Amino acid sequence: MKLTLALAQINTRLGVPQANLEKHLALIHEAHQQGADLILFPELSLTGYVLQDLVPQVAHRPMADDPLFAPLLAASQHLDIMVGFVEEDRRNRFFIAAAYLSQGAVVHVHRKVYLPTYGLFDEGRFFAWGDAVQAFDTRFGRVGMLICEDFWHASPPYLLWLDGADLFLFASASPGRGLSRDERLGSARWVDHINRGYASLFTAFIAHTNRVGYEDGLNFWGGSAVYDPEGNVVAQAPYHEEALLVTEIDLNQLHRTRYRLPLLRDERTALVQRELTRILGQRQGNSGR
Amino acid sequence: MTTIDLTINTDLVRKILTGFIRSEITRMGFERAVVGLSGGIDSALSCYLAAEALGPQNVLAVRMPYRTSSPDSLEDAQKVIDALGVQSITIPITEMVEPLFERFPEMDAVRRGNIMARARMIVLYDQSAAFRGLVVGTGNKTEILLGYTTLYGDSACAINPLGDLYKTQVRQLARAMGVPESILTKPPSADLWKGQTDEGELGFTYAEVDRLLYLLVDERYSPEECIEAGFAPEFVRQVMERIRRNQFKRMPPIIAKLSYRTVGYDFLYLRDWGT
Repeated sequence: MKLTLALAQINTRLGVPQANLEKHLALIHEAHQQGADLILFPELSLTGYVLQDLVPQVAHRPMADDPLFAPLLAASQHLDIMVGFVEEDRRNRFFIAAAYLSQGAVVHVHRKVYLPTYGLFDEGRFFAWGDAVQAFDTRFGRVGMLICEDFWHASPPYLLWLDGADLFLFASASPGRGLSRDERLGSARWVDHINRGYASLFTAFIAHTNRVGYEDGLNFWGGSAVYDPEGNVVAQAPYHEEALLVTEIDLNQLHRTRYRLPLLRDERTALVQRELTRILGQRQGNSGR
Repeated sequence: MTTIDLTINTDLVRKILTGFIRSEITRMGFERAVVGLSGGIDSALSCYLAAEALGPQNVLAVRMPYRTSSPDSLEDAQKVIDALGVQSITIPITEMVEPLFERFPEMDAVRRGNIMARARMIVLYDQSAAFRGLVVGTGNKTEILLGYTTLYGDSACAINPLGDLYKTQVRQLARAMGVPESILTKPPSADLWKGQTDEGELGFTYAEVDRLLYLLVDERYSPEECIEAGFAPEFVRQVMERIRRNQFKRMPPIIAKLSYRTVGYDFLYLRDWGT
């Protein structure tokens, strides 16, 4: 089965969802014209990234009667859509979220589970932590969505893999940092390394969509890319420039690669569970929170 | 001595910084920039970046000599103006500052230097209004960290493309962008009084201090680790103290908090809010 992906590597307006929505609808239309089956937008694509005290003003609920989601759901009759937004839940907690829309319905919402709150990041100050990592079924097979820091940690992609995801949709608003003699910034190099790693280790497709533009002094580096189950780059958008990267992947490659390299077949999940139970039961605090 | 490589990819930095200038000026509703051009390497580089980002016709280079300013400075600034084809104006500050100097004849060189730097700020911000362009700053990471700058003087600007580049990295980028050789090779100087050089006044070279700052700031080395890496203990102590003592120059004035919501503490928006 062939699948045409469109990675919308956009700049956004900070705290102006309506303006960002119009850009989304224009790109969805363009991607549809180019034959895309699925269009992917970056993290917080409807709002911009460094929201701080703008968070409550830009929050939405992914419902058919929401003024932002209604036109997106209508557009999802033509092709599937992944968008980034601020979600406010019924108890008024605010999440960094990604929604997968298809054929007029909200198929899945992922709430960012890792909120970087260190260095230049301050997400934990403004947002609630998501509490689930789940794959979901689409008309192209089983898919998993993660948002930026979620896949800087190894466990969420691993959980999605075990939960059946063959196509990983990663969305970022990654500020560029780490200058050296290299032609890429350190953050761009790092994300490329780990995504090649995930594609290879999980013999799966990875589609990473990152934004571009500036917010005050922060630059967002773009470089959105699709990786195949061999860990190769199928296509990559330019750095630091807006782009609509349309590329076809052949899902039958999963069949070929996984016969050659049966990492999924041989994964010892019961052993993982046993050892995790033992390790976490020790309560020695060697790892994590 | 630990190996420290401050080499930067100049193509990448050039792309990011010209994009930064274009984005951060246009989203504020402007198309133009104003740069105070001293004849030194920092302001020359800011001018090159602004010209590339906005087009030379949209950049106003302002030369602001004082009576004792080196003629070479004025000439070097002219080389930049000619090479780029930017707009330019020369506004001497002598008549602005001398009445104050005469009022306080005991005034030392530092006070005089600060007055000159602030007089230039006044001229630059007036040209900013007249030209309808934002002031593009010229302060580099080395001088910001060391506090080698006049508060509300040369540090005043709307946006600063150079503030995360050490002086040695400014040199690399300036060379790559074609800044004239005479500007690249002359000793850095604020040119506030005759014979002043940055390195003479600071007591160390940029090449030395940039390597130390890189370890302390970028690599988060402790002072002890810097000494182990080969830096003289007294040099490390002196630089640490300069960084600490000058923190005030890197911040807006602190506000005494009284209410639940206070500017600077919990009224949090980027400058780019809504754009």
